[in-house]
Amino acid sequence: MVVSLFPLTTQGAMVRRRGNVLIGPVDLTLSGQGVTVVIGPNGAGKSSLLQMLYGLSRLSGGSVNWACDAREAQRRLAFVFQTPVVLRRSVLENVIYPLRIVGRPREEALALGREWCTRIGLGEATDRSATVLSRGEKQKLALARALITRPDALFLDEPCASLDGSATREIEALLQTASDEGTRLILATHDMGQARRLANDVIFLLRSKVHETGTAPAFFDGPRTAQARAFLAGDIVE
Amino acid sequence: MLELWDGLLAAGRLLISFDPDLLEIALRSLQVTGVALIVASLIALPLAALLAVRRFRLRRATIAVLNALMGLPPVVVGLVVYVILSRSGPLGVLGLLFTPTAMIIAQVIIIVPLIASVGHQSLRDLWAEYHDLLLSMNTTQRQRIMTLLWDGRRALLTAALAGFGRGIGEVGAIMIVGGNIDHVTRVMTTAIALETGKGDFALALGLGFVLIALAIMVNLAIHWLSQTERGRRW
Ligand SMILES: Nc1ncnc2c1ncn2[C@@H]1O[C@H](COP(=O)(O)OP(=O)(O)O)[C@@H](O)[C@H]1O
Ligand SMILES: [Mg+2]
Repeated sequence: MVVSLFPLTTQGAMVRRRGNVLIGPVDLTLSGQGVTVVIGPNGAGKSSLLQMLYGLSRLSGGSVNWACDAREAQRRLAFVFQTPVVLRRSVLENVIYPLRIVGRPREEALALGREWCTRIGLGEATDRSATVLSRGEKQKLALARALITRPDALFLDEPCASLDGSATREIEALLQTASDEGTRLILATHDMGQARRLANDVIFLLRSKVHETGTAPAFFDGPRTAQARAFLAGDIVE
Repeated sequence: MLELWDGLLAAGRLLISFDPDLLEIALRSLQVTGVALIVASLIALPLAALLAVRRFRLRRATIAVLNALMGLPPVVVGLVVYVILSRSGPLGVLGLLFTPTAMIIAQVIIIVPLIASVGHQSLRDLWAEYHDLLLSMNTTQRQRIMTLLWDGRRALLTAALAGFGRGIGEVGAIMIVGGNIDHVTRVMTTAIALETGKGDFALALGLGFVLIALAIMVNLAIHWLSQTERGRRW
């Protein structure tokens, strides 16, 4: 019996660096299904929120609690960064890295890795060095590497920033499939089109705080706060 | 100029005649520095990676000390090792003074700081790249170190080769702890020092050219090996 990670609840969770509040205090409850999109202007705290929820930054106050033991939860999460990080290895070795970390046999990992390389369109490039891939290919690689362990939840910090349309479309398709297969997605983006395409729920951040939350239809069709309305209208909100 | 020319001729004669003494000391040079390099790498490379991935008190101090030790005068290292290994010294009972083992010990001390320092610099940059990813994947410290050592292996090879270069050309320390005993501890550099002392500059130069050729050959061989590895893997 596998215990669910969700709901994820935070109470007054906050991260401070050198006196500045990066994010918080945040009181949130994330349920077990769908795609949550985190939006807000630059510097609003999107990255800081994702890193705090994931457990990458030390809390200065409050709490972040998964429905199961925190260490167990850590093993079932994955993160994709805004700037794709590739290991200086072949494409295939990159993709299977997380499986090797948790001790899966090499042959099994390689077979699964080849499948994933094909899924992201790099089936012919498995032996190439990952460092020479284009940025879009690197991000697809990072996504495959994150999904190969079948995480319960995947955090993505503006994964399509500075990618062209076709790469963005491919990544969104992979995300949609992952979501359909039951991976919970928490995605920060500044691309409103992407937010509308993917979101089930929205968290709107402003000045390091959660300003408004809601289901995607409710938020996009009838934002409650003036700032959210202005942000959706494309006005500059700070 | 005449002497350089004589030196080249002497080097040619030594090589053509397959001088057995030359072969012996060349092999001993390779052996002493080769073993020292392996031992030093086993110490220095994990240390370099540990200094990159782990924040601990005295980390900066350790790095500063390693950097300073890079400039350690071999003669001083030789003296210290001599005192420690001499019959009345703390490790005198081992009877290692004037053996190749003593020379290896001295060379390890000389090249560990160099390999660790140069290695750490490249691994630190690699760690900056990998930091977020490896943390997000819940890797253990051991896994982080292994990942850095493997993915940074080409830069580390360069660090190791720098260590080899320093070791194979070093004379101050091994002269003191080895004693330049014929057929026991005589190596290329100590033989050169001896011939120079005797005033046989041509032979000394000849040995010098052979030493340079030896060092270049080892470098080329190792680079060639790493190239073929790259050709296969990538
Ligand atoms: N490591 C850091 N140290 C200090 N301040 C930071 C750091 N990272 C981000 N900030 C600040 O925290 C705020 C939130 O940043 P961030 O979470 O990156 O916003 P977003 O991802 O929405 O653009 C910003 O004001 C930013 O300047
Ligand atoms: Mg950000």
